[in-house]
Amino acid sequence: MAMTSGARPDSYLGAPYGLAAWLLTKDHKRIAILYLISITIFFAVGGLFAIGVRSELMTPKGDLLSADMYNKLFTLHGVVMIFFFLIPSIPATLGNFLIPIMIGAKDLAFPRINLLSWYIYVVGALVTLVAVFAGGVDTGWTFYTPYSSISSTTAVTWAAVGVFITGFSSILTGLNFIVTVHRMRAPGMTWFRLPLFVWSHYATSLVMILGTPVIAITVLLVAAERSLNLGIFDPARGGDPVLFQHLFWFYSHPAVYIMILPGMGVISELVAAISRKQVFGYAFVAFSSLAIAIIGFLVWGHHLFVSSQSIYAGLVFSIITMLVAVPSAVKTFNWTATMYKGSVTWESPTYFVVGFMGLFVIGGLTGLFLGTIGLDVHLSDTYFVVAHFHYIMVGGAIMAYMGGLHFWWPKMTGRMFNDVWARASAIMIFVGFNLTFFPQFVLGYLGMPRRYHAYPEEFQVLNVLSTAGASILGLAYLLPMVYFTISIFKGAPAPANPWGAKGLEWEVPSPPPTFNFDEEPVVTEPAYNYKPGREVTVG
Amino acid sequence: MASHVHTQNAHGAHGEHEHNPNLQHHFYSMDQQLEASTLGMWVFLVTEIMFFGGLFMAYIVYRTMYPDAWMSGSQQLNVPLGAMNTAVLIVSSLTMALAVRAAMVGNRRGQIRNLILTILLGTTFLVVKYFEYKSKFDHHLVPGDHFVAPAGLETMAPQLQIFMSLYFVMTGVHAAHMVVGIVLMSVILFMAWRGRFGPQYYTPVEVSGLYWHFVDIVWIFLFPLLYLLGFHLGGAAH
Repeated sequence: MAMTSGARPDSYLGAPYGLAAWLLTKDHKRIAILYLISITIFFAVGGLFAIGVRSELMTPKGDLLSADMYNKLFTLHGVVMIFFFLIPSIPATLGNFLIPIMIGAKDLAFPRINLLSWYIYVVGALVTLVAVFAGGVDTGWTFYTPYSSISSTTAVTWAAVGVFITGFSSILTGLNFIVTVHRMRAPGMTWFRLPLFVWSHYATSLVMILGTPVIAITVLLVAAERSLNLGIFDPARGGDPVLFQHLFWFYSHPAVYIMILPGMGVISELVAAISRKQVFGYAFVAFSSLAIAIIGFLVWGHHLFVSSQSIYAGLVFSIITMLVAVPSAVKTFNWTATMYKGSVTWESPTYFVVGFMGLFVIGGLTGLFLGTIGLDVHLSDTYFVVAHFHYIMVGGAIMAYMGGLHFWWPKMTGRMFNDVWARASAIMIFVGFNLTFFPQFVLGYLGMPRRYHAYPEEFQVLNVLSTAGASILGLAYLLPMVYFTISIFKGAPAPANPWGAKGLEWEVPSPPPTFNFDEEPVVTEPAYNYKPGREVTVG
Repeated sequence: MASHVHTQNAHGAHGEHEHNPNLQHHFYSMDQQLEASTLGMWVFLVTEIMFFGGLFMAYIVYRTMYPDAWMSGSQQLNVPLGAMNTAVLIVSSLTMALAVRAAMVGNRRGQIRNLILTILLGTTFLVVKYFEYKSKFDHHLVPGDHFVAPAGLETMAPQLQIFMSLYFVMTGVHAAHMVVGIVLMSVILFMAWRGRFGPQYYTPVEVSGLYWHFVDIVWIFLFPLLYLLGFHLGGAAH
């Protein structure tokens, strides 16, 4: 297709013009931009809460914040980052924008439901913000009963209802993706020609539709228990608080895969493009996504090793937890095998890919430590856990999100950004991230518990290192906001395929026209059909 | 292989349905649109099963922990009213199925008649439910500060509250689904009255029908689990 540069008059960014046209749009690409703006705001809000937490932890004494205030800050940091940033991050922005184009469709199967899901997200977010201003929430993002249902005097009900509402935006997104992948593929786009990004989003969508309803009813029960004085989790009436933990983690462990699977999809695309090679073992990478989604539903009990769960149940959950590491390892090995003897060039996406691999491997391997029952008794509820899941969620998921954002930014906006600054940002994120969270592994191993605003003096050096790293990390995340914004106004017009990559999205103009394709595309080759010697126009 | 199927669909679309005003711009054929909508509703119903699944899980756990309280709690419920509501919902599923059939064959009067009957039966269910709830309030069987255990059951008062909590949440969430269903049916009725449906286009009736049947089926599970359990565990209600 034509390699024209600059936006066509019928670009999705152009017409129809005006705020109302954007707020009532049914175009998946515009909805992706709406999501991009809203989740960026919530990323910043969640980041502000993190600044509070890390500032307090610079000194051993609780001198900056009261214990209550500290509890509220880490709770809101978790709630906002998980439910309002990480879960929608890649699927609702990159997934929304790219899936229809990648499979050769004009839109998702249900454009109106897609818009509805964004509005539901916004309403859920606003309700949760009410909780912030109505005194905050101090239960931790996990809302454990009976503290959340009986004891806490903070605005738990608002936060729970906010999470309940937002859940439906995630359910509708997953539903839309599943139907789209089944019913909207272009002629010749067979299942095994689908880009791995689509496979991983399909697996993510399965987790979204099967897991999210369970957390919805669970937090609804907590809200109902608080407001209507029901007794379902009330130990005084024979209710079982641990039942809440089972129901909560039945969703919230698979939710980790909602966060990381789309990131794995992004990395699969990027790794093929930067190596100019077919992804090694395509079918294995595709099926490993499904395997993660399925096995991921059977490991929730590893969050309850020390919560009165039977030791036999614990053993089974421990073994299955080891099992879920296998498909993740399959992916990691296949990505490195893809890069092996590939024509790797070093533009910004490459830096994010390599950074992702380093951080994800550390996050994954430390997950095995925690899945081992004996060791978990020692590490449970320490900073080791905090470091582990930040390596997966921030080091893995956000690194992949940033990589994907850089890779597809020219496609989404039609503008090139400054790649030198982007590389600097990737390196800063990698350095800042490791400095923030690696000391926390040591702290946790030495026995520093999570969720306390004060700690013994011997832990101070490691905590100061961590806070210093967090400030580098914060700046590294601000940097892309600056050069991305500049690129919108001053960036060079992007060609249709700046990275020399394969895939239908690179055959349409940048930015794509409203209906994506002038005529229904016909797919005649497998995904990632790279040939030697392709040109890259970024440098 | 797949490419042949799609190409045929696309050609069929240009031949027959190109000017069907009900074909949304992003679909290539009416068949593709119907298939997508139907699959979408089925996937949604899967999420609904998981939604109610959490409640059924809680039910199973507590029924195993407190079988006596579950038996006595079940005996507080009004079996004749519950049975009547079961019958009402089963008949409403029949009228719903007839409405879908009428839409498929283009029978406008049949659609309107059966949709009105479906809405009336759904409303009847909710009215009966209202009287059941009211009687629970009158007898202080609502969990919370005003809960009073029935005579002879004082020792199991705490656990009875858990049963009643689950009763109210499960039937309440079900009733909320009924309300949504009735609103949905009213919209479909309006569209049917405008003559929107026929053999070429009956997707909204079909997918709304799937939803309605699902809500009925949930009740088919709730009725024995909540109302009839007392018979099962301890003989006739007193």
